[in-house]
Amino acid sequence: MAASGETSLENTHVGKKKRLPKRYWEVTDEEGKTDGKKQKEDHVQTPKLTDPKIKQKNTRGPRTGGGNVISGKSDQFPGSAPIPNEKLKKFKRGEKGKLPPRPHHKLRDAVVRSEAATELAQKQNARYDLLLPEDAGFLEGDEDEDTCTISQDDIADAVDITSGAKYFNLVLSQFGPYRLDYSKNGRHLLLGGRRGHVTCLDWQSKQLMCEMNVMETVNDVKWLHTEAMFAVAQKKWLYIYDNRGIELHCIRKFNDVLRMQFLPYHFLLATASATGFLQYLDVSVGQEVAAVCTKAGRLDVMAQNPHNAIIHLGHANGTVTLWSPNQKEPLVKMLCHSGGVRSVAVDKTGTYMVTSGMDKKLKVYDIRSYKPLQSYFLPAGASCLALSQRGLLSAATGDVVQVYRDVWSSPVTKPYMAHRTKGTVWGAHFCPFEDVLGVGHAEGFTSMIVPGAGEPNFDGLDANPYRSSKQRQEWEVKALLDKIQPELICLDPGQLSQVDHSTWEQRHQDKVQALGFDPLAKEKFTPRLKTKGRSSSGKVEKRKKQVAHEDQRDVIRQTVEDRMKIEKERKEKENKEAAVAGQKSALDRFRK
Amino acid sequence: MIVFWVVQGGSDDERKHCRLLEAISSLGGKTRLAMSESELYFHGSLPTGEGDKINLSDLIGTLDKAPTALTATKKQLKNLEHNHTALDTPLTRKETEQIQRVVAFEKTSKEVSRWQSVVVQNQKAEQLVFPLNQEPSGPKRMEHVVSGWKAQTPLEQEIFNLLHVNQQPLHNPVLTQNEEATMKAMSLEEAKIRRAELQKVRALQSYYEAKARREKKIKSKTYHRVQKKVMRKEYLKRFDEMVKTDPAAALEELKKMELSRMKERMSLKHQNSGKWARSKAIMAKYDDGARKAMQQQLEVNKDLTMKLVIPTNEEDEDEVAEALPDFVNDAEPILDPINPWMRGKLSTEPAAQEESNCLVPPAAGPGDVKAGDGPDLLREEEEQVEETEEEAILRGFEERRKLRRAKDAVEVAPVVMEESEGKSSDDDDEVVEISEFTSLYRGLVKDHVEPPVEPPRAGADPCVSQGEGPALLEEGLVRVRTLEDMELLGQDVSACEPAPQTTQTLSTEQTEPQSATKQADGKRKRKKMIDPNEVLTKEAKVIKVPFAPTAVEDVEDTDEQRFIIKEAFAGDDVISDFLKDKKKQESAGMPKVVDLTLPGWGEWGGGGLQPSRSKRKRFRIKVAPPPPRKDQKLLNVILSEKRNSSVAAHQVSQVMFPFTNPAQFERTIRAPVGHTWNTGNAVQKITAPKIVTQLGAIIEPISREELVKGENQAVTGKSNLRSDQGPQQKRRSQQKKKHKHKKN
Repeated sequence: MAASGETSLENTHVGKKKRLPKRYWEVTDEEGKTDGKKQKEDHVQTPKLTDPKIKQKNTRGPRTGGGNVISGKSDQFPGSAPIPNEKLKKFKRGEKGKLPPRPHHKLRDAVVRSEAATELAQKQNARYDLLLPEDAGFLEGDEDEDTCTISQDDIADAVDITSGAKYFNLVLSQFGPYRLDYSKNGRHLLLGGRRGHVTCLDWQSKQLMCEMNVMETVNDVKWLHTEAMFAVAQKKWLYIYDNRGIELHCIRKFNDVLRMQFLPYHFLLATASATGFLQYLDVSVGQEVAAVCTKAGRLDVMAQNPHNAIIHLGHANGTVTLWSPNQKEPLVKMLCHSGGVRSVAVDKTGTYMVTSGMDKKLKVYDIRSYKPLQSYFLPAGASCLALSQRGLLSAATGDVVQVYRDVWSSPVTKPYMAHRTKGTVWGAHFCPFEDVLGVGHAEGFTSMIVPGAGEPNFDGLDANPYRSSKQRQEWEVKALLDKIQPELICLDPGQLSQVDHSTWEQRHQDKVQALGFDPLAKEKFTPRLKTKGRSSSGKVEKRKKQVAHEDQRDVIRQTVEDRMKIEKERKEKENKEAAVAGQKSALDRFRK
Repeated sequence: MIVFWVVQGGSDDERKHCRLLEAISSLGGKTRLAMSESELYFHGSLPTGEGDKINLSDLIGTLDKAPTALTATKKQLKNLEHNHTALDTPLTRKETEQIQRVVAFEKTSKEVSRWQSVVVQNQKAEQLVFPLNQEPSGPKRMEHVVSGWKAQTPLEQEIFNLLHVNQQPLHNPVLTQNEEATMKAMSLEEAKIRRAELQKVRALQSYYEAKARREKKIKSKTYHRVQKKVMRKEYLKRFDEMVKTDPAAALEELKKMELSRMKERMSLKHQNSGKWARSKAIMAKYDDGARKAMQQQLEVNKDLTMKLVIPTNEEDEDEVAEALPDFVNDAEPILDPINPWMRGKLSTEPAAQEESNCLVPPAAGPGDVKAGDGPDLLREEEEQVEETEEEAILRGFEERRKLRRAKDAVEVAPVVMEESEGKSSDDDDEVVEISEFTSLYRGLVKDHVEPPVEPPRAGADPCVSQGEGPALLEEGLVRVRTLEDMELLGQDVSACEPAPQTTQTLSTEQTEPQSATKQADGKRKRKKMIDPNEVLTKEAKVIKVPFAPTAVEDVEDTDEQRFIIKEAFAGDDVISDFLKDKKKQESAGMPKVVDLTLPGWGEWGGGGLQPSRSKRKRFRIKVAPPPPRKDQKLLNVILSEKRNSSVAAHQVSQVMFPFTNPAQFERTIRAPVGHTWNTGNAVQKITAPKIVTQLGAIIEPISREELVKGENQAVTGKSNLRSDQGPQQKRRSQQKKKHKHKKN
């Protein structure tokens, strides 16, 4: 039950306390009034669309009229419980359709039906929203106390034991610096040290799943769709291991990979290499989907837009480019920094992109309109940007990790939290569904508590942190069935629900491109070879001419016929009109 | 004779025909012949001979000789002879059959068309449930059971009648309706008063209407003008009063006024493009009145289109800051002439700047690129006045800065802060607080460049100032910074130097020519420097960081560092590269002119001869320019114009029948259907099957009783989607679910 994009945006920020859902008997006067109005409006609006029979039915609904209760007592709360407007707004899906003045009855039916369905879905969603009771927390300092000065130890002491245990350090000074990745449900942690140390663990129970040294440089690590497999970008090739550390594949097509992103709904592993190639690997079938030469040098800055599965790449010339596997050139190229781009992050709703560059600036862009929203200056620049599910931003400068709250809407002047790690930060990720930020650095790994980072309400059918292995298996099958094809990746994911406005020629061109030949192209006439001097060049030419002449005649005949037809129709129409005009109506006698 | 009988019978049954033939065969030879003739006639194949009619008397004539047994018949025939109304000739079989068919068709179609409504209903119905007439099983709600109950026995009926007559309420038996009505009734006086009130209101309304109508009819323009003026005055007066008495309401009103003004601004009224304005423009040459009217109109237009400037200090400050590219604010004053990266800031390439200059209409001159919202002639006139204002503001800054400097001396900040909202503050901040990075830069720069020298300004004429351009061009880099800014910087360096006297108005410019020229120069400079193509303009907010980063590069080894950085960014200019790239993309998207000129046709051809100009002109096919690019207004973005055909393959390309335009169709599929976005219940309803059948049940054809019911209401079609359903419906849907499960 994901909310539609726009409305959920407003709810991404922590700090605002979610009010408890108002029960319907607590309706204040004002709300009651508005509700009443709303109902009235509904009643006014529906008859326009529905035919009288349906209207009758609606009004005759069993609970709408309070009067027909036989028991004698009138219902104190007639009708169903009202739904608060803001809840309805949260689940609104676009604007209502308007009917033309005199619609065809079938059109009217279709529109009315779809409107009814949409409204029903919206109302039910709004009603069931009360089943998401969990609230995001946040950190609140005393008076005159900055939240960023509160140390992790203090927080860990203050909270309960289970939460306190989420702050821990792994001292791994031998093989660092570390990159990390959390699995989609936030249960498992994968660590990859630059000097070959790869380990994965259930970080909450601190249970080690596997640990190994690949004896090679490790550039990046990434979980695949489940915690059973992960990909490691090693010095030369890309490797895939299972959760016991057994090497499953060595993919020789993917070389010199520096960064990876996994697109969970497409089952695509996108890799960016030092040679400037952006490659997509379909992990469900094990095939390379696309390989794009970006022609932009070494690609070591990469992010994905979780909203539309577009890959963002940052380049040394200050630009950020957006890529889909379907196009060999960047969909968008934005100049973001006057120095090289150090890090890019995109928020969950696909609205904001945060970039940091060598010019020590941190910029926030609206990537729907590609316009800059905020620009911050960090004295030492920022690397390793990460955005949490609730919109917290973590930025690392040297060995200090800072977490910012709400960087896009209002300018922030100081961080929400800050923490100094033991070594230079190499990778940072927020743990999904947990208030935890994992930081990989030169001296190991630090898991720090960031109140209000994770989404408190998880969708059990999508990413369930508490799922059993059986559930995981079932989820895997369902997810594979629901897999989205890579062709559908485009900037606007709603494009599929739009009618293709392109002209016939454009579509034909697409077809030609897809088929490799033009199915409508006319076959060229090649005269048959005849013997006894009948295939002399003069004769052949003559035959050709004959055929061409015949074709031309056909065309001419066709056009003439068409023209005649049109002319005839026009005449008929004229006649009809004349007849209508010539008819005398009963009122003509009063004409002068 | 027999023929007549047959005709009278009015039927051509085979049976009767057979009987007729038998009768004929029993007759004698002579008569037989006659009969056969007449029979032939009956069948319509025998011509009637010379076209004369056969009279009855002719036929009867033969009977005269017949025996008396036939007298009765004879009599009858005689009577017939008197009766002159002859029957029409019977229709042919073909025709009668046709008529019968028509009648039968009408009858049947009437019968069948009774089903029409049912058929239509079923076609329209969202869901059909078979077999029909299923009673929902399970317990029913009390109310439904009771409301379905009818009085049947005479006693019950009598009681109900009694209750009905008295209008006795069933559910809440306190008062009958009559009693309630009497309770609610008004007294006579009250009624009278009310009536009088209503009458008065009605009369007033009619007076007002009449007046309005009368006034509306007045054609005099002067009258209306005067009227409008009066109204306006009155309104203003009222507004003034309101300001005193009720400021909140006045504010509301003001907002309304502002809104109306905005609307007017947006509309194309008073743009001097109307019919009236055009006619006046023509007339203005000759007619004084017209000229005046036009003048007025122009004034109104000017008033309306003028951008409101709210003259608060802060706003102006912002404006100034906005007008400048942002790196003006955060750069060091000393420049490395070779490498832009040495400044840590961007600069625009002069070529790009020139391009931008070319975008401006030639009349404006090459240097006239303005900062904000494009050329505005009105603004240009006022700029001189603004200039002095700016000077005043700058002086204010100066004072404030001095204050702050005093403060800064006390406080020692650990980290560099970059303040870019006011350009004034940052420069001295730079002096005080130096980060490692900037110090690195500074160290680099120190070796290379002598301190910045202000270009000589005293004799600054356009030639000189333009001469500067090429000089910088040769260097390859331009530091984009306004002259005022430089001036301020100069002041910073020589801190004790008093602020220049800049408050003089333009009239007193002559008294201090140097400052005046400075001003002028500054203005020109500013115009030139500010590049509308400036892409990275956004104020940077400073972030205070609790911990200073420790893992920063070592500062000591400056020489090496400098070298590395220099090497890394040699010849690197991000913005101009990007702009070049964008230009390239744009030009690639432009259609090319097709030149079909063939030399030699219609004129002399040969080596060194060009086809004539007129010919070239004639055979050059210009292709219409493509629609404007999507990134036309986004300076720092290149959007790919390539069509994404991979998605297009999955899109709907044609709108199907009931929909007349794509928007309608798109709106009907705008909401997601799946489980991921909806509650289970909603999904079930949205995706309910069109036909539901019960497994194992016999589906009987619809019966006539249904028809009777169907005339009153829909038989089978039922609206499936009801937003809030009662428990019973829920039960029904559950039942359906069960069926489905069974099916599966």
